Amino acid sequence: MSDSSISQGAAITLNKLTKRYGDATAVDAIDLNAEPGEFLTLLGPSGSGKTTTLNMIAGFVDVTEGEILVDGKPVYALPPHKRNMGMVFQHYALFPHMSVGDNVAYPLRQRRLPKSERGRLVADALNKVGLSNLSHRMPRQLSGGQQQRVALARAIVYSPRVLLMDEPLGALDKKLRDSLQLEIKRIHAELGTTFVYVTHDQDEALVLSDRIAVFNQGKIEQVGSAQDLYERPSTIFVAQFVGESSLFHGLALDHQGGKGVLSSDRTLHAHRGDARSGAHAAMVVRPERIRVQPIDGVEPSGNAVRGRIIQEIYLGNSRKLEVELGDGSKVFVRESAGEVTANRPGDRVWLTFLPEDAVVLTTNESPDRPQLAADVQVPVFTSN
Amino acid sequence: MATVEALVAGSITADTVIDQAAPSKRWGRLGLLVPAGLLLIVGFVVPLVIMLWYAFTDPSVGFGNFAWYLGDAVQQRILLRTFTTAVNVTVVCLLLGYPYAYAMVAAGPKLRAVLTLLVLVPFWTSLMVRTFAWVILLQDHGPLQSLLATVGLGQIPLIRTNLGVVIGMSQVLLPFFVLPLYAVMTNIDRRLILASSSLGAGPLTSFFRIWLPLSLPGVGAGSLIVFISSLGFYVTPALLGSPGNSLISQQIFTQVNGLLQWGRAGTMGVVLIVITLAILAILALVIGRSTSTIKGVR
Repeated sequence: MSDSSISQGAAITLNKLTKRYGDATAVDAIDLNAEPGEFLTLLGPSGSGKTTTLNMIAGFVDVTEGEILVDGKPVYALPPHKRNMGMVFQHYALFPHMSVGDNVAYPLRQRRLPKSERGRLVADALNKVGLSNLSHRMPRQLSGGQQQRVALARAIVYSPRVLLMDEPLGALDKKLRDSLQLEIKRIHAELGTTFVYVTHDQDEALVLSDRIAVFNQGKIEQVGSAQDLYERPSTIFVAQFVGESSLFHGLALDHQGGKGVLSSDRTLHAHRGDARSGAHAAMVVRPERIRVQPIDGVEPSGNAVRGRIIQEIYLGNSRKLEVELGDGSKVFVRESAGEVTANRPGDRVWLTFLPEDAVVLTTNESPDRPQLAADVQVPVFTSN
Repeated sequence: MATVEALVAGSITADTVIDQAAPSKRWGRLGLLVPAGLLLIVGFVVPLVIMLWYAFTDPSVGFGNFAWYLGDAVQQRILLRTFTTAVNVTVVCLLLGYPYAYAMVAAGPKLRAVLTLLVLVPFWTSLMVRTFAWVILLQDHGPLQSLLATVGLGQIPLIRTNLGVVIGMSQVLLPFFVLPLYAVMTNIDRRLILASSSLGAGPLTSFFRIWLPLSLPGVGAGSLIVFISSLGFYVTPALLGSPGNSLISQQIFTQVNGLLQWGRAGTMGVVLIVITLAILAILALVIGRSTSTIKGVR
């Protein structure tokens, strides 16, 4: 018997999609596309426009400007119940007066499937989410995680070609979130449906997505794979929102052949960068790419910045050092458990990193702190 | 302190705190019920017992009053009329109140404030004032009659008819239907309707399959309040109706005030209470079952 729930995902294209509420622009002319069968995550802080975008795709929110195409066809004229998309809400939105089985059968009843077919598909969907024996329970008798599984089953039972998920794990605790993430990933692989997933949790985005669109203030900062975003962030916002970043502020000196240089008393080199010469910029380095060595040794060659360790944070599989720089700004260094150095809080240290691990990016506003002065002794270091 | 910290930590709920409270504290909380309890005993239980006492003892001990009541066809017709009037008033309130409560929930904040005020203003106005207003409106050469004549419907007797009584009582009792229903409707999660539409249900289906069943507890509560209140309504039927189509409360008044038959009045009171309680019990069973399936996820 062929598995009828295997469906081909639809392609989604957003063209200059805009939503304005009065004077406020919630979504600002975004262009974005999801390939058929892709897992696309809209990642951003609250109020960044990601949920509004999802609601426009679902048809819950009217589009101010721009268009939404599903498989090349505009869906503007279609009300939500005719878009044939699945939707999973943060707070489950299970119908409290219907049993689990009736909840899952609901979309099938709307599609007027015969009863026998309904029963088979409902059992199938509940099986997929691992709840095959709870069909007769009422939603309130289930835990949060189980309720969200039911909501998932209800959204996939009619094999929609697009599944929209609005922070579906947001109301669950960490352990449950982790296990459900893996299940969602598995179900996505099984179904071949296009998933559009909204979250503010960058770890979740990294675990689940084929590609991630990072939202900020109604605009998309960057779209790319988890690896793209982490290793090649194109804006400071992305660098700080996806994973942790240490920033060394200064003025961009030169930008040639894809290389960035940051001015300071001591110049720093990066293999990549987009900052124009003379612009306020920051050199962005991931904390685990920075090495720490005592300052009394030989002065290191290459990129090196002076600082003082002000805090040590033990994290089990690694430790994080908070280091204060000469300009008063603070950066993090992460040492994994196998390579912890002897440096302690209070120690003055060199921070070193390789040019290939650094990128120079324009800071939006001029930094609210003085420029990097790596070689200058600042009184705060010597006062105690 | 420990319980406060546990609450802050979020590890236990308020319910468990109460359960774990020392017995003395629990009695302290029950003490809060004493004033209301005393009022209930003095103002309700005692008169009820006196009424029962009269029913079985006045003018002579025994079931004489009940034998009279059950044997009197007029009384039974009045009892039936009282119940049909109550049913009619409840139906009118349902037909007017359900769309109104829905409009209150669906409206924006400003319109909702206006709609709420429109419910509450009559609620706050004296019952006598409203009933006399209806006397003026419904009277034989009053505005409603001339309106009916202009429309070409001719004369439809309103004042001193059961129809007039139902109109007046419905208006008086409508807030008691709208307010509990509105309270239930505001608590329905609107995302359920979004979910329903995302799953392929059109607006009408979403209404009948999701919204209506979830609002039924409010319909039940509103209907019960209106129905029970209608059974014992006195002022409005007395002013808008006529002795020829009187309700049981008017009969009780006549027995006490005109005929000094305290025993018979007590008997009618007992009959009314027993039948009302029986209806309540049946409805509580039905509604209790449906609400227990409706109360659900938060």
